[in-house]
Amino acid sequence: MDTPVKFSRISRAGSAVLVGALALTLAACGSDNNTGSDAGTATASASAPAANISGTFAGAGSSAQQKAIQAWTAAFQGQNPNATINYDPSGSGAGRDKFIAGGLAWAGSDAYMSTDEVTKSQTFCGTDGAIDIPVYISPIAIAYNLKGVKDLKISAENIAKIYTGKITTWNDPALAADNPGVTLPSTKITPVHRSDKSGTTHNFTDWMNKLAGDVWTNPGADAWPLQGGDSAQGTSGVAGVLSATDGSVAYLDDSGVTSDLETAKINVGSAWAAPSAEGAAAVVSASPLATGRGANDLAVDIDRKATADGDYPLVLVSYAIACQKYSDKATGDFVKAWLSYIVSADAQNAAAQAAGSAPLTGDLQSKAAAAAAAITAG
Amino acid sequence: MTAERGFSRGFRWISTGSGILLLAILAAVAIFLVQQALPALTASSEDLVAQNVLPQGMTSLWQLILPLVFGTLVAALLALVIATPIAVGIALYISHYAPKRVSAAVGYLVDLLAAIPSVVYGLWGGATLAPVIRHVWTWLAETLSLLPGLEVRATATGRSIATAAVVLAVMILPIITAVSREVFKQTPRLHEEAALALGATEWEVIKTAVLPFGRSGVVSAAMLGLGRALGETMAVLMILSPGILVSFQIFDAGQQQTIAAFIASQFPEAAGLRVNVLIATGLALFVITMLINMAARWIVARRKDFSGAA
Repeated sequence: MDTPVKFSRISRAGSAVLVGALALTLAACGSDNNTGSDAGTATASASAPAANISGTFAGAGSSAQQKAIQAWTAAFQGQNPNATINYDPSGSGAGRDKFIAGGLAWAGSDAYMSTDEVTKSQTFCGTDGAIDIPVYISPIAIAYNLKGVKDLKISAENIAKIYTGKITTWNDPALAADNPGVTLPSTKITPVHRSDKSGTTHNFTDWMNKLAGDVWTNPGADAWPLQGGDSAQGTSGVAGVLSATDGSVAYLDDSGVTSDLETAKINVGSAWAAPSAEGAAAVVSASPLATGRGANDLAVDIDRKATADGDYPLVLVSYAIACQKYSDKATGDFVKAWLSYIVSADAQNAAAQAAGSAPLTGDLQSKAAAAAAAITAG
Repeated sequence: MTAERGFSRGFRWISTGSGILLLAILAAVAIFLVQQALPALTASSEDLVAQNVLPQGMTSLWQLILPLVFGTLVAALLALVIATPIAVGIALYISHYAPKRVSAAVGYLVDLLAAIPSVVYGLWGGATLAPVIRHVWTWLAETLSLLPGLEVRATATGRSIATAAVVLAVMILPIITAVSREVFKQTPRLHEEAALALGATEWEVIKTAVLPFGRSGVVSAAMLGLGRALGETMAVLMILSPGILVSFQIFDAGQQQTIAAFIASQFPEAAGLRVNVLIATGLALFVITMLINMAARWIVARRKDFSGAA
């Protein structure tokens, strides 16, 4: 009678759901974010080396470098039409792992290799191992959305207190003391962090730890170490939450600060500084190189306590990781030409335009160029 | 079989083959999950900590899986609690109250909801719903906090599991409505007329004839919806501020996370044992879904006896 009809309908709906679920799964599997070779807008740069590189080369790692690498790829391929460069912005850690396992020509990473990783890289790179070359510098801004308040100053200690829940309203005396003459509302502060792993989080937490270690006790890390609190995925996700929420504050790659948000000044010594490409580049140039590493390894220990005029020490440095010596000649020639190009002044300026990064300057730029030139092949 | 000849035989094979294919796919997924999860399940807690695969402060896999299972269930059950009464209401309206033309239009609109991709629901939920509904949550939290001994927090962004559950409820509404509607429509005409003949009002007809008849159908409809809510990824990923806690603060941010969204957010940067850990959480989701489906079957089978349809 009626019953069998009823059940057949239900199971039909059930199979439709199953098919839908399968389709979703398949769609999810198919999303690999390869930065294709056809990274439009080929603004061929005059200084891209005219060496004739051909072949297909793969890199992977830092998603912070993605926009810059798109610009570099377009220019490089304009000069070397037979070269195809694929960059997979799968994350710094994944990029380093894959490079060490021998699957990439080079890797992009927001953190330099640990000494352990340098040792492991000898399997793929030979006894000379792999080196870190800084290629991308970007200031990190402290952005906020607070109705009617501009030109806010927030010290490292205060932002650490905000993120640890010790300061909860904008008119807290500690904030008021740093902002004389500014009328702060009693709005609740909503700090927002990145929910995905990020080099931005690493550098921001490291900065808080170095400048306000008694409040922020966790060392710098890619993953946000605390439970609780608002978060969103990616720079654009965080910027979106800030725009929608009065009283919110977050750390953002400076290029990701949207026009409806304000940027706070941070304390640099006894002065206050707004994020600037020049200030970021100056701090990185003046910072010491990490010790105990190879001659061409340019791992920078960023001096978070830099206090020179115009310095902005809340900065992210992202590296290209490459072998000192490649056994495969084609790959080696490519990496040498590619890295020589991306540390050049032209490429650095192109990145500044495309991604809002800070160009490498001075001594560090010439060291990076020398390190790239010292890569050998064959 | 007497008339097995020509295409009839061929079709029998096609149909049987489809059935077997379904089982094979399910088995393949189950084997994959178990195989890939095994390294994470058998790894010692020292290994897990040393390789830095667990969130900070955790020392065993269960400290990760338990809050995730909790968060998944909270989100799905909240969605179900919101969606089921509304879906039954819509289904009754379509099957018993609405004029014929309106009923067709409403049915079409509900089906349209099912065609919207979850990423669009996610965008809408995160950008539009959360900034509006946060005022409701804040008010609810403040009101509930007046009760002695209760401290309910609400986030100013609205990116809480309660918001995610509302969006999930909208997403599962079409499934529950469609199935309930079909079931209600099949209420034996005789039952309804008998009730009317006894002087029952329209509500009493629904209460005494339609609902008892459709109960098992509504339960299975709800379970289908629950299955979708459990596995929904994109919408949760885009709306929720995740946290890995066993927490009943459903209006606050950074408290819960669902398994599907956790896997989707962590997988892009995962390698080695980290992948195995993610797949182990996926296995947990698989097991939960299976248990819930079994429970639903059991309920349906039990209710069938006194649903009134013989």
